[in-house]
Amino acid sequence: MPPVAAAPSTTGVRWNLVFRQAVLEATAAFALALLLLGPIVGLVLDGYQVKNELQRPLLIAAIIAVGRFLVTLAMHTPTGQAALERFNARRRQPGVLVVSASESNQQRWWLLIIVAVSLTLPFLASKYWLTVLIQAMIYVLLGLGLNIVVGLAGLLDLGYVAFYAVGAYGLALGAQYLDLGFWSALPLAAMLAALFGGVLGFPVLRMHGDYLAIVTLGFGEIIRLVLNNWLEFTGGPNGVSAPAPQLFGLEFTRTARDGGIPFHEYFQISYDPTHRFIFIYLALFLIVCLMVVVVTRLRNMPIGRAWEALREDEIACRALGINHVLVKLSAFMMGATVGGIAGVFFATYQGFINPMSFNFFESALIVAIVVLGGLGSTTGVIVAAVVLTILPELLRAFADYRVFAFGVLMVLMMIWRPRGLIRPRRRAFEVKGLCR
Amino acid sequence: MDWHILAQQLVNGLTLGSIYGLIAIGYTMVYGIVGMINFAHGDVYMVSAYLTAICLAVLFSFGIDSLPFALLATLATTMLITAAYGWTIERVAYRPLRGAPRLAPLISAIGMSLVLQNGVQLSQGAKTQGVPSLIPATLRFGEGHDFVQITLVQLMIIVVSLTSMAALTWLIQRTSLGRQCRATQQDRRMAAILGINTDRIISMVFVIGAAMAAIAGVLVTLNYGSFDFYIGFVTGIKAFTAAVLGGIGSLPGAMLGGLILGLAEALFSGMVNTDYKDVFAFSLLVLVLIFRPTGLLGKPEVEKV
Repeated sequence: MPPVAAAPSTTGVRWNLVFRQAVLEATAAFALALLLLGPIVGLVLDGYQVKNELQRPLLIAAIIAVGRFLVTLAMHTPTGQAALERFNARRRQPGVLVVSASESNQQRWWLLIIVAVSLTLPFLASKYWLTVLIQAMIYVLLGLGLNIVVGLAGLLDLGYVAFYAVGAYGLALGAQYLDLGFWSALPLAAMLAALFGGVLGFPVLRMHGDYLAIVTLGFGEIIRLVLNNWLEFTGGPNGVSAPAPQLFGLEFTRTARDGGIPFHEYFQISYDPTHRFIFIYLALFLIVCLMVVVVTRLRNMPIGRAWEALREDEIACRALGINHVLVKLSAFMMGATVGGIAGVFFATYQGFINPMSFNFFESALIVAIVVLGGLGSTTGVIVAAVVLTILPELLRAFADYRVFAFGVLMVLMMIWRPRGLIRPRRRAFEVKGLCR
Repeated sequence: MDWHILAQQLVNGLTLGSIYGLIAIGYTMVYGIVGMINFAHGDVYMVSAYLTAICLAVLFSFGIDSLPFALLATLATTMLITAAYGWTIERVAYRPLRGAPRLAPLISAIGMSLVLQNGVQLSQGAKTQGVPSLIPATLRFGEGHDFVQITLVQLMIIVVSLTSMAALTWLIQRTSLGRQCRATQQDRRMAAILGINTDRIISMVFVIGAAMAAIAGVLVTLNYGSFDFYIGFVTGIKAFTAAVLGGIGSLPGAMLGGLILGLAEALFSGMVNTDYKDVFAFSLLVLVLIFRPTGLLGKPEVEKV
């Protein structure tokens, strides 16, 4: 960490001392980096032998040392001092930003433009980009759902992927055993996920913070392991296939399977496999819009305010008579429902699911979306979800470094802005006609 | 159930349990002092498994084939580097977050865990790695088909972990460093006022925890012979379960919890079902946290307003 103690002096810094310190720190950083990375990065296991690739850690350590040297020097210049001051001030910012009503009205035009672009995008995109867009939308939905639990209610849920899995398997197994279609599975899977949320939430509510995180993580793993091992029911690691969606009984296939009429014949247009994806995208988009409206409304309602109050100070809330069990449970179930809906969409878009899609990394990714977006900020979550799913597609060459970059981002974000990139906003309600 | 299967599972459980206990120490000490779950701890253990294999391979490529020396050198090197990992992780990811909102260090820890996992995967490849079985000897009790066998490595695991736990207990109970640790654990602010460098103590706790995880990593690698970059996650959660079971923050609790969890898991997989042994362990975690969140030897947590 940069030295904070060094006082900003206008009379001049004793540069020879600073220089010596910088050299010392850079040397130490170089040695430490070499110790840490030398064996792991430099000596690659190959059977029972190792291959010598020591130039890699040397290079990384050199970069770290140079960086450290420059940072130490820069921290002693007036600009560096000012930057440090800003950095520290930013970390002390409060959680929610209150904006006046007139300010927030200006955002409506932006909203219209974004909705228009989002609606036309699928008709222009190629099939590949369409799938990327659908994936992004699914993550937006997941992010919005988890944002209720983590961002608004402050309950860190590391097993969120379990509800996603419940939704996806709800559709796939529902189609297999109960002959459910996409539309009938959607509400049923959502309810099933809510039920799971309640079942998990109820005993868990007595805990908070870290314990809650680890229990939800354990719960997520239990669900995944059961899905993986219960061969007779879930198909185990081989997975199950999920049914394709239908629009009022019209199928999106070239020829109808169950004796119905395919979509393209009914509307007298030529068959195009992207129709299915456009349909999924539009349905998803509608649900996401609905979710945004619901969440915005909820935040202004007593229940949403209770969530946020509980996040800030649980003990005070209980002292003021808020039923914390009910409030937490509602957040949990609400989040789980959204996760279940996202799961149904995921299953129908993939056409096939297996437990591999629901591991801990997926949960961590959704948490990363919520955290990067700014805990509690709807806009932030949407932006983060879109960026985190589309950016790796653009940077295909760096795809291997995706998880690594997420990890680094999560650490840096917490140091830089523990409250997330975009601070949640709340509209101020102006009271008119009251005497002052 | 025959007696020899039961005894065999007890032996396996004891081995497994002492490993869990060793890793749980890292969780319990950090939780006791800083009050956070060090999510990256399981991955530190994973790194030590890789270091073991690398170290052995380098030693053998130099033609050093004296087994005791190779083992000792591997243990020392692995502990040193892993301890450096523990120190760096605390310094980089957790220290800047002292006093931040409660969620922040936890999320930063998850990030660190992802970094370690993926960093190792990027540099070493995703495939399962291995070490040759160096000590194949086993001890057998019983005759015919009814026998209990203890491999020398298993014996070594039990002996080494008991020794290191004893050494650690001595360190905490008898030395000045240990006294400072205990003081910091009881009341960090007061300890700082009384002249203890609490930052240094917290670093030391991370170093000690990582070194213990390194011992576990070396022993497990020698025992099973194979590992991949993902082992830290599952083992980490189980070790955390052990720490919670014993009462988080309590050192004897971590050892006891580790032994109980190891025995329970071995007996479960021997008598009921091997496929669901992880489900069993995680369910145990959930149940313990619900019904006895303070664990067996833990003190009740007082909510401060």
